[in-house]
Amino acid sequence: MKILVPIKRVLDYNLKPRVKADGSGIDLANVKQSMNPFDEIAVEEAIRLKEKGVATEVIAVSIGEPKAQETLRTALAMGADRAILVTHDGVAEPLAVAKLLKAIADEEQPGLIVLGKQAIDDDSNQTGQMLAALLGWAQGTFASKVEVAGETVNVTREVDGGLETVALKLPAIVTTDLRLNEPRYASLPNIMKAKSKPLANKTPADYGVDMTPRIETLNVSEPPKRQAGIKVASVDELVAKLKALGVAA
Amino acid sequence: MKTLVLVEHDNASVKDATLHTVTAAAALGEVHLLVVGQGCAAVADEAAKISGVAKVHLADDAAFAHQLPENVAPLVVALMADHDAFLAPATTTGKNIAPRVAALLDVMQISDIIAVDGPDSFTRPIYAGNAIAKVKTSDKKLVITVRGTAFDKAETSGGAGTVEAVSGSGDAGLASFVGAEIAASERPELTSARIIVSGGRGVGSGENYHKIIDPLADKLGAATGATRAAVDAGFVPNDYQVGQTGKIVAPEVYIAVGISGAIQHLAGMKDSKTIVAINKDEDAPIFQVADIGLVGDLFQIVPELMAKL
Ligand SMILES: Cc1cc2nc3c(=O)[nH]c(=O)nc-3n(C[C@H](O)[C@H](O)[C@H](O)COP(=O)(O)OP(=O)(O)OC[C@H]3O[C@@H](n4cnc5c(N)ncnc54)[C@H](O)[C@@H]3O)c2cc1C
Ligand SMILES: Nc1ncnc2c1ncn2[C@@H]1O[C@H](COP(=O)(O)O)[C@@H](O)[C@H]1O
Repeated sequence: MKILVPIKRVLDYNLKPRVKADGSGIDLANVKQSMNPFDEIAVEEAIRLKEKGVATEVIAVSIGEPKAQETLRTALAMGADRAILVTHDGVAEPLAVAKLLKAIADEEQPGLIVLGKQAIDDDSNQTGQMLAALLGWAQGTFASKVEVAGETVNVTREVDGGLETVALKLPAIVTTDLRLNEPRYASLPNIMKAKSKPLANKTPADYGVDMTPRIETLNVSEPPKRQAGIKVASVDELVAKLKALGVAA
Repeated sequence: MKTLVLVEHDNASVKDATLHTVTAAAALGEVHLLVVGQGCAAVADEAAKISGVAKVHLADDAAFAHQLPENVAPLVVALMADHDAFLAPATTTGKNIAPRVAALLDVMQISDIIAVDGPDSFTRPIYAGNAIAKVKTSDKKLVITVRGTAFDKAETSGGAGTVEAVSGSGDAGLASFVGAEIAASERPELTSARIIVSGGRGVGSGENYHKIIDPLADKLGAATGATRAAVDAGFVPNDYQVGQTGKIVAPEVYIAVGISGAIQHLAGMKDSKTIVAINKDEDAPIFQVADIGLVGDLFQIVPELMAKL
């Protein structure tokens, strides 16, 4: 079976976002952007399934500005077989992304689509679930273990109380949590090889999807700053402070 | 506006996450609740007493026992014919179900709101809470997940909602529940605790965590939390993780032990009223947000603290 892996290019997770002075958003000019960390985990999982002989082909997809091509090349260097870039400048909301991914899934007929659980820029945590709804497929969100067995995939999920396992009929959607795997680094030879792997260029119009946002951002601001407090010099002082807070008798 | 709130429960009782969500819903209009599960009539009765609740829809069916989104979402979509907004707590259950509902209604979900600014406008954190966005939707029906720490709890009494049975289309035949490992703990729940003691990689091992963090928490009647690094290293299970992609907490006192203060961790706890940090590195970023900091070796400090409290 084929596996589709949607990946998003986002502000590198090591960087602290800077809010633009005019309140229109986050300054992304001349800052490092990388693959959303959860999507690296998704790519890794798909490649492992291919290495195990469960999957035959891994296709990475990204919707975004032309530079998202670099992020797709990273996925190809990790081991994806080919890539699809749907070029779109401006906001691509999860619902529109899910509609594009549905159209691509209709064409490619994958057995599994593995997404990240959340993009660390908008923190939406919804694209995978939306895609599952649009396709009418089962969903295994926040996965920490994925096991394909015949016509089913067993997904262990990180839930608030601990872990839960569900059995999903294939084809299905999986969204990754942090502990699913540890993504590999692409080796230099593989980075070179990735340059010649196929990358198709598409537009939302090719799939007939309207990208008009439903949500307008009125303003983006910095959160109230927390003032650093005091340092105490001894445990005795700490105990006194905790008692003053009513934490201890 | 008529709102429908997904009740967070375990088929036995209403979870606190529901109460915060009710407060957010009440800011929009009339509050209806949805209790979906199996053998959960008692939950519906309890939910009907929540202050401000007009009606409780009770969907009691074997297909809903584990709240599989494939089965629950169509039910919510049907009920939305008669409601204007669907609100779910931003818990793993709410996050699993709400976007599926949104897509079926062809609307964008507004995730993790921290304020209701108007009938179509909301405030929500983005970039791990490093920025706050005010947004306005043009969708006719609203689908929203609510960050519990940002809204007070609704009162659990005073309401006089009517309970009405509803039925869904049953099992969609797409997914089935296999099993769960839900840790039972005597300690308070992380997301509603008044005090939290959290351990990071500095604690060193699971054994140390239980020797150092657990007793301090028990002495203070606190819940226990951890960083991603501590969970990844296997010190404690995943449900301990506090942060951008773990649990969001805002206790009165958060005690961070051997935690560096990465932005992804701060995202989950920086709204705590008082932050206490114990770290041997005086330059650790956690001290930039801590109200009370103590620089030193946690293996000396915590036992001494235990002895003196
Ligand atoms: C996509 C993504 C999502 C993430 N989500 C989360 C999340 O939800 N929650 C989260 O916590 N992290 C998250 N992280 C990870 C985060 O970036 C940090 O790696 C993590 O929070 C670090 O954990 P830590 O503070 O325990 O470990 P470290 O950063 O290793 O810090 C350990 C600290 O312990 C101190 N220490 C060591 N020994 C002692 C001693 N004997 N006495 C006193 N102090 C000592 C050290 O000085 C150090 O400051 C995420 C990362 C990514 C990429
Ligand atoms: N523009 C995009 N292109 C490709 N995949 C995306 C895009 N946006 C979101 N995704 C996928 O959906 C997941 C969840 O994103 P979100 O719902 O925005 O938090 C991400 O981890 C990606 O796998």
